[in-house]
Amino acid sequence: MSSVRVLVGTRKGAFILTSDGKRKKWTVDGPRFGGWEIYHMKGSPVNPDRLYASQCSGWFGQLVQRSDDGGKTWEPVGNAFTYDGVPGTHQWYDGKPHPWEFKRVWHLEPSLTDPEGVYAGVEDAALFRSGDGGKTWSELAGLRGHGSGPHWQPGAGGMCLHTILLDPTNPGRMFIAISAAGAFRTDDGAKTWRPINRGLRSEYIPDPNAEVGHCVHRIAMHPSRPNVLFMQKHWDVMRSDDGGDSWREVSGNLPSDFGFPIEVHAHEPETIYVVPIKSDSEHYPPEGKLRVYRSRTGGNEWAALTKGLPQRDCFVNVLRDAMAVDSLDSCGVYFGTTGGQVYASADGGDAWTPIVRDLPAVLSVEVQTLP
Amino acid sequence: MIQVVLPAHLRSLVGVNGAVALEIKGQVTQRAVLDAIEASYPMLCGTIRDRATRERRAFVRFFACGQDVSHELQDSPLPEAVAAGREPFLIVGAIAGG
Repeated sequence: MSSVRVLVGTRKGAFILTSDGKRKKWTVDGPRFGGWEIYHMKGSPVNPDRLYASQCSGWFGQLVQRSDDGGKTWEPVGNAFTYDGVPGTHQWYDGKPHPWEFKRVWHLEPSLTDPEGVYAGVEDAALFRSGDGGKTWSELAGLRGHGSGPHWQPGAGGMCLHTILLDPTNPGRMFIAISAAGAFRTDDGAKTWRPINRGLRSEYIPDPNAEVGHCVHRIAMHPSRPNVLFMQKHWDVMRSDDGGDSWREVSGNLPSDFGFPIEVHAHEPETIYVVPIKSDSEHYPPEGKLRVYRSRTGGNEWAALTKGLPQRDCFVNVLRDAMAVDSLDSCGVYFGTTGGQVYASADGGDAWTPIVRDLPAVLSVEVQTLP
Repeated sequence: MIQVVLPAHLRSLVGVNGAVALEIKGQVTQRAVLDAIEASYPMLCGTIRDRATRERRAFVRFFACGQDVSHELQDSPLPEAVAAGREPFLIVGAIAGG
């Protein structure tokens, strides 16, 4: 029988939640790396017992941990993230040039074909790759070097490369997103890149239609349709049907189009999920009601999913990497909150149950569907 | 052998409970101690001092014989009691927060 493994990164350690395919009874294992921030954990699609974790601390910096037994044991691997060549400068909050400085790994994206291959999205924004299971890292410098890098500027949470999407049908194509620079695409295996932000409109920047400077919070893709992208931006939910060449807004009837995560149903490429948040200064749900919104039409028409979620006095946030789906039938949807709850729905979002309620603030949630 | 006491999170990382004993040939300085501990435990590279600049991380402090030696020159000799192994060299995570 299939089973599910939920990888939860929190402000104070890693937790692994497991269940059989019914997804009713859960085992909570953790914390691993207690006291450390676990920005992200993800498993290799080629070898699901190969896990990678980004472990960091304001005191002791960045580590990358690797497991080869599904998270039972871990070993620290490489943590040398050195920018290629002379790093140069990006813009600081005041618009002045500021040297690129490595701070942390926000996102680890294992290769779709090679268990030893893994990408890392880091702050200050850059893309690194390891071909030896995380032991050594090399910057894919074409991204920072394509031309617009000196104009990138950090968002409030830092200048982080937080989204890495690999096109399963085209090994040369990859999408990434940076706060607050925007979305970028490569078609030649990360040698060259170009901004893909046409159609994004951000009223809070000097040129609302600028080529770069947009605060993209998250991009999602269904593997069967890699040309269709969904984006949760600082404000606005967007959609592209041409691999990011152009975007259009699909916020529709959402109570707020601010938010962080966006996710696609495992079996219905037009079914997408967001968690509306009141505003950029009020990082909690509108009216104190925690609602996931689902669109079955690829955007514009949204319905609130509330069953099992707190509908009063709820003022948590759901961060950009803290939502994921499994690939069981029916599709399971999961998200974690800054209040330490991890909610699961085993029926595509119709009803929700907390797997665990009192973890440290959740930074990331990933799900593995195991045979 | 000199004795080095790591902060709790780094003890967990390297899998030790008490002090770490290190043999250092030549003069016992901060740099020599850190070089030796990173050689013995490579996973500590980057956690005590910056990988590129080799400078102490901001929220890490060094103590020897009851004195904060964090701002001493890296190549200054540590106290004789530390060099002789009678007193430990303490690597401490600074009290930071609120």
